[in-house]
Amino acid sequence: MRLGLVIDIDTCVGCHACATACKQWNTSGTTGPLTDYRPYGENPSGVWFNRIRHYEIGDYPNNKTINFPMSCMHCEDADCVTVCPTGASYKRAEDGVVLVDQTKCMGCNYCSWACPYGARELDRESGTMKKCTLCIDRIYDEELEEIDRQPACVITCPAHARYFGDFDDPNSEVSKLVRERAGMQLMPELGYNPTNRYLPPRLTTPIPTDDVRKTDLISSVKQWVNKAIAR
Amino acid sequence: MHPAFSVIFFTVTSGAGFGLFTLLAILHVFGLVDMTQETVLWAGIIGLVLVAVGLMSSTFHLANPKNAWRAFFRFKTSWLSREGVFAVLFYPFALLYLLGVFLQGAEINGFFKAMGILGAILAVITIFSTGMIYGCLKTIRQWNTALTPANYIFMGLALGGLLMVSALSYQDGADVMGVTGLTVTLLAIAALAKAVYYFWVAKVTGPTINTATGFTRAAVRLLDTGHTAGTFLTEEFGYEPDHSVVTALKTLVFALGFGLPILLLALVLAGQAGPGMALWATVSAFLGIIAERWLFFAEARHVVNLYHGAQHT
Ligand code: SF4
Ligand code: SF4
Ligand code: SF4
Repeated sequence: MRLGLVIDIDTCVGCHACATACKQWNTSGTTGPLTDYRPYGENPSGVWFNRIRHYEIGDYPNNKTINFPMSCMHCEDADCVTVCPTGASYKRAEDGVVLVDQTKCMGCNYCSWACPYGARELDRESGTMKKCTLCIDRIYDEELEEIDRQPACVITCPAHARYFGDFDDPNSEVSKLVRERAGMQLMPELGYNPTNRYLPPRLTTPIPTDDVRKTDLISSVKQWVNKAIAR
Repeated sequence: MHPAFSVIFFTVTSGAGFGLFTLLAILHVFGLVDMTQETVLWAGIIGLVLVAVGLMSSTFHLANPKNAWRAFFRFKTSWLSREGVFAVLFYPFALLYLLGVFLQGAEINGFFKAMGILGAILAVITIFSTGMIYGCLKTIRQWNTALTPANYIFMGLALGGLLMVSALSYQDGADVMGVTGLTVTLLAIAALAKAVYYFWVAKVTGPTINTATGFTRAAVRLLDTGHTAGTFLTEEFGYEPDHSVVTALKTLVFALGFGLPILLLALVLAGQAGPGMALWATVSAFLGIIAERWLFFAEARHVVNLYHGAQHT
């Protein structure tokens, strides 16, 4: 098995719900707490397993806003694991999930240097490295209904932009999506072979603007009045 | 990268200590320089103390030092682990060698000679491992080169040479010319390797914001990082040194780290100054190489910065 996520950049609306759900679930999970620093003070900060960034692609008028959630990619060739001197970081042979044993980590930060995707964050309170667990304490929990045995971020996403599954199974939903929508890896040139894939925006035909009605006299006057009168 | 003082201090002092021990053991065991028992013991002890202080300071940046002992157990894959193992392995050999000198004087028997040579070999392997800790990271193109471990070895040996000449200057009537010449050569090689490195590193290669996001056919600009305050990632990797500071420090590296020490040792070689001058050369070189190490960290740009808006690393 090779478990991981597919993230659909076409439908992600950048609402940060996955990051919030992740924090909520995992702060009381196996690698919790996800410590907050100065939560009600100036410059609040803290540990997150999932962060969403926003980019502009292309130049106006052919531009587009992209929302970009990133968590651990559970890489096949994960240097974060090989560089760890204590053996606290490991990759599970049975499902490929990369985890940090909180009882073994000495907080040297070395693994975070080796991770290209910014997936690892040191918890300054516990002095240990923390990262996305692929919700290991959800996906195998037999107490939960089958439909709930998915990562918190995947279940929460209101735009249905996140999918969880087994990439080794060619018939799984994630494998099909990657096939059909050309799911891509980030920074493949570094050779980490990340498991998580990103679905690029679908090709759409531009909405024609040449048939938009030209402004008539009345609306021009209205516009002028609106501009002229200070509110 | 954020230049952490403990790591700068650790790499410079332990490198110098290993360099000193290497030169001492080789020059002494093979009888290349006439040394008294006192000189060998003092130089050896200074070397071991520098290594010990350096290794100790390296544990200061650990967030959870109670697990530090586990760092010896991933020898198979981790250069950090290998460095720890080799550094600890070095000690019994080095101590046995010095014990031999303590018991038998400057003329030690074959067993103790072998201990000295094995200690010297382990010392060089340890400096190499320190370099590889940084050199093996694909995420930082400024480090991911064979020049990284090479620089660490050359600079460790050059500092070791300066310390060796300084130690010999306290020995009455010692012939320091050979060691001084050797040290000038080592300094020149180190300076050359560093110059090559600075030229090499100036050429931008590797991942860009385009390959990082997968959008390789259009311009990509950061709109928002998604967080209002700093994070672990921006604190650890976001450090950007001032350009003018970098240029000034590079001048300092070549002036204090290599230029002045070579000049002062040249005076010794020309008979214009006594061997005591080596002490000043050593102080100058230490200052210059601390600046070099600060730059080594400050100039390293991690690929995660691409996600925070950098167009290239
Ligand atoms: S994304 Fe980073 S932390 Fe996760 S497996 Fe890959 S290298 Fe390791
Ligand atoms: S911070 Fe912890 S998990 Fe990361 S390399 Fe160091 S010991 Fe291993
Ligand atoms: S899989 Fe779980 S731990 Fe990973 S980002 Fe999603 S919610 Fe967070």
